[in-house]
Amino acid sequence: MRWLLTARVRRGLIGAAVLFLLLEAATRAEIVSPTYLPPASTVLLTTGGILTDPAFLADVGGTLTAWAIGLTIATAIAVPIGLILGSSWRSYLASTTAIEFLRPIPSVALIPLAILILGRGLDMRVSLIVYASIWPILFNTIYGIREVDPLAKETARIFGYGRVAILRLVSLRWASPFIYTGIRISAAIALILAISTELIAGGGSGIGIWMLRNSETGVPRELLYAGIVVAGLLGLVINVVMEVGERRLFSWHPRVRGNG
Amino acid sequence: MSAVGGASRQRVAARVGSQVGGLLLRVSVLAGLIVAWQVVTVAVDDRVFWPTPITIGARFWEVWVTNPDAWVSSLLPSVLRLLVGWFAATAVGVGVGTIVGLSPRARDYFDPIIQFLRSIPPPALLPLFIVLLGIGSEMKEAMILFGVVWPILLNTADGVSSVDPLQRDTGRAYRISRVDQLVRIILPSAAPKIFAGLRVSLSIAVILMVISELYAATDGIGFFLVQAQRTFRSLDVWATIVLLGILGYALNVVLGLVEGYILSWHRGAMRTRE
Repeated sequence: MRWLLTARVRRGLIGAAVLFLLLEAATRAEIVSPTYLPPASTVLLTTGGILTDPAFLADVGGTLTAWAIGLTIATAIAVPIGLILGSSWRSYLASTTAIEFLRPIPSVALIPLAILILGRGLDMRVSLIVYASIWPILFNTIYGIREVDPLAKETARIFGYGRVAILRLVSLRWASPFIYTGIRISAAIALILAISTELIAGGGSGIGIWMLRNSETGVPRELLYAGIVVAGLLGLVINVVMEVGERRLFSWHPRVRGNG
Repeated sequence: MSAVGGASRQRVAARVGSQVGGLLLRVSVLAGLIVAWQVVTVAVDDRVFWPTPITIGARFWEVWVTNPDAWVSSLLPSVLRLLVGWFAATAVGVGVGTIVGLSPRARDYFDPIIQFLRSIPPPALLPLFIVLLGIGSEMKEAMILFGVVWPILLNTADGVSSVDPLQRDTGRAYRISRVDQLVRIILPSAAPKIFAGLRVSLSIAVILMVISELYAATDGIGFFLVQAQRTFRSLDVWATIVLLGILGYALNVVLGLVEGYILSWHRGAMRTRE
């Protein structure tokens, strides 16, 4: 098992290295003018440079602030609604049509409307992040609550627990990994929305704002590309942290343990 | 009139009644929301920013239904871009996904690259695509392709690698050609997972279509939207959001029909297995 792991890591590194060399060769061959497409190694060096630049880190902080606030509010709204819709078939049926109509509205289409109504500040960004992040959390909560082992609920009932206690002690706990998966999906969506709103609305601080500033003519292109690399790294870090958190938090759950 | 007939008629009436009741229940929250929206907007009386749903509906009809010019200048270019990007992503995603799914070794080589590229929020690439491809349709199609290819690719890889080994061994034992194995055994049994990926990617495609047009365009729904916003025609913004909601919904319905048609054999097969 140990050597298998290292073979995997080795192959992964080889794959990444080959891609990097191909990019480096393509950019050094100057198929596209280097003012537009600087060499891959230059971009990599610049990435290291901006990661220690306090001004850039402030922009990363701006994006992450909107991201965190939006994701928290979305969770606070979606989980209670999901609990109700998941535990009552009637309330679920009553809201399906409303959900079917609201969900397909692409969140970014709301950006112009939100700019008109809320301006270009943090509250506009957060509202859009909330709107886009609600859906995966809501649906995962509904499915999670429905998946609860009826036997567990019956057992709790026999031991004399009331409805609310069962919901809190049995259903919510059982559904928690599902809810967490929803939050994990929404974390990626929230980052997309955070950067989209910055790119389209401008103003304030954020990676998108930083990119806007650096996509103007006269600014060395590698800065823009380094910003994209950082955006990718940010997405990757968020995903990895959420995945590790999933394993840590829910190792007790039969679903996660792998024998559910 | 016999008592039996009366009873059965009563039962039919009860069933119709419960169906009507079910329908009422289904639309109740939506209807409630719309009524509340109407009441609130009438009370607020802010025609610029909070038009009533009735005004929005009327404007939607005016701008997007009875206006062929808007179809040609906005709806058509947008939908074309969306479809080109999405079909290209399907070809690339299913192709690469099949390779990666068939060979664990290839998966090892590609995995870090895929994970990194997948993590880049697609809008962050807008400035890059504009530098490389300009602000025409190609830029938007490339953007859609890049953004939606990952769910298709990963789902295909997952579906292909979890094909029943017995089926693959049978194919090999009968010396069915590799191409036939791929087309007749592997891809069909991966099809349900591939479709799940296509479904996710379609809604992302709508989002990316809009955002690429919001950022830089000379036509399309997103362009219309941003023009309306810049000239403070908020009613048009509302009407266009309605259009995009309907568009997203319609695309999903069409994909659902195609999926139902293509996968009908699959459901039959699952039933006989049970």
